[in-house]
Amino acid sequence: MIDFWMLMTILVLACFVGYFVVWGVTPALHSPLMSVSNAISGVVIVGALITAGIDDMNEVKILGLAAVVLASINIFGGFAVTQRMLLMFKKKKASTPALKEKK
Amino acid sequence: MSASMLSFCYLLSCVLFILSIRGLASPETARKGNVLGLVGMVLAIAATIASPSVAEYVWVIIAILLGGGIGTYFALKVKMTSLPQMIAAFNGMGGLSAVFISLAEILSGSDMRIENTLGLIIGAVAFSGSMIAFAKLHGLIKAKAIVFVGQQFLNLILALCSLGVCAYFVISGDIVGFYALAGLCLVLGILIVLPIGGADMPVVISILNAYSGWAGVAIGFSLNNVLLIIVGAIVGASGAILSYIMVKAMNRSLSSVMLGGFGGRHTAAASYQDDAKVAKVGSPEDAAFAMENANKVIIVPGYGMAAAQAQHILKTMGDDLHKKYGVKVMYAIHPVAGRMPGHMNVLLAEANVPYEDVFELEAINREFATADVAYVIGANDVTNPLAKTAPDSPIYGMPVLDVEKAKTVFFVKRSLNSGYSGVENPLFFADNTFMLYGDAKKVTEEIVSVLEK
Repeated sequence: MIDFWMLMTILVLACFVGYFVVWGVTPALHSPLMSVSNAISGVVIVGALITAGIDDMNEVKILGLAAVVLASINIFGGFAVTQRMLLMFKKKKASTPALKEKK
Repeated sequence: MSASMLSFCYLLSCVLFILSIRGLASPETARKGNVLGLVGMVLAIAATIASPSVAEYVWVIIAILLGGGIGTYFALKVKMTSLPQMIAAFNGMGGLSAVFISLAEILSGSDMRIENTLGLIIGAVAFSGSMIAFAKLHGLIKAKAIVFVGQQFLNLILALCSLGVCAYFVISGDIVGFYALAGLCLVLGILIVLPIGGADMPVVISILNAYSGWAGVAIGFSLNNVLLIIVGAIVGASGAILSYIMVKAMNRSLSSVMLGGFGGRHTAAASYQDDAKVAKVGSPEDAAFAMENANKVIIVPGYGMAAAQAQHILKTMGDDLHKKYGVKVMYAIHPVAGRMPGHMNVLLAEANVPYEDVFELEAINREFATADVAYVIGANDVTNPLAKTAPDSPIYGMPVLDVEKAKTVFFVKRSLNSGYSGVENPLFFADNTFMLYGDAKKVTEEIVSVLEK
């Protein structure tokens, strides 16, 4: 069993990593940030897989399987929708017409 | 797969997840980042299935394929204007998943009662709250703040009940307490989001996003799983920072958003009333004439543009002005424009507006003074100069776009009604402002047809 304070240390350090990484995100991409962090939070699927992985069809396994389905919706839906959004962010095409003379 | 190999895979996944968020620092690296995140997720799933703790695969893999199929189907089908509710719905799925995991853990005899209770509480609130947010954004229920007498009192009672039931369960381990707690938290999630009105939605979505992260942390503690703790913390931080940015951009406190509406402060707003004011009405022809003779036009989109799906015709207008008349066209985006953080950026990107032409509040505000025309389409409160000048106004102190500094301002609006805050916008009555009444898309179409003549 891993020591509680060991996990606490990891949690606090991870909060700092999250803080600095997220402040680095450009405001234009805040929607993709939401949907990708949403997809990533679906990592609870790891917990769901462990509960659903028991070799015995009982209520615990069924709950675990339901959790796997829901987390998968969150994960794959989240990544797909993020990719769709990101594909739309395009650079300006190289050629810009010369500005018309103004009076 | 050995335990150390599994830990190694989890470590790799963590690094990949961090890189995927890091990629969002610029649109150029963002796509690669998203793929890295997906790889990290597939690695974490594959490693867990290959580990000894998963003894039965068939059902598990069917469940993943089923969920993955449903999620991908909706993600590819959804219209870009429906994105906010889609994200809210996905978030709810994650919350419900956390609830099921906590319940399964308790049923299988886990003695980590505190951790599982936390996972249940946060997951349940995230689920029911997200479902209400979804229903509001999708128009299934009124988007307006739903407030009733005694609401705060009821929430307080429910929260205290939850605390009591929570303590009872942690001490006694009676499963009935766990079910009761689940029910209480689901109701609480509904009641927390109901009083929050449409324009405050960006804050709520961010908060719910943070919740699903913290639920992951709680489950990580109950399963002693480092991956869940790290990822949950990063997602939690992301949601918390986004909520902070949104709340700052409205100059409001988190508590005033959560208490619902701009309630109780309307008296201050009403003091700014003057019967003698008449707003000047412009025609699409006027707007087209002013813009084609301008050197610089700044377009200010708001939720009205999203609601009317006017982003494509807006892009056509910008292109016509630029290519045919040599006008410099810029887009100005307020952080809280729309229904989720970055909503306007996504819609303009959908219409193929290059991201170099789209500017955030601080970057664009000094440009208004040299702009000939500001074209405000479906935005209101975020342009209200009272936020700078009237200390008694509810929106005082909120950072706003300085559109009044442009030579001419065109407001595309359905009516003269005040915005979400209930504060009248004096800009409507300014000498250099012309109102273009009507649907954002129709008005812009008419301007385009004049421009293309």
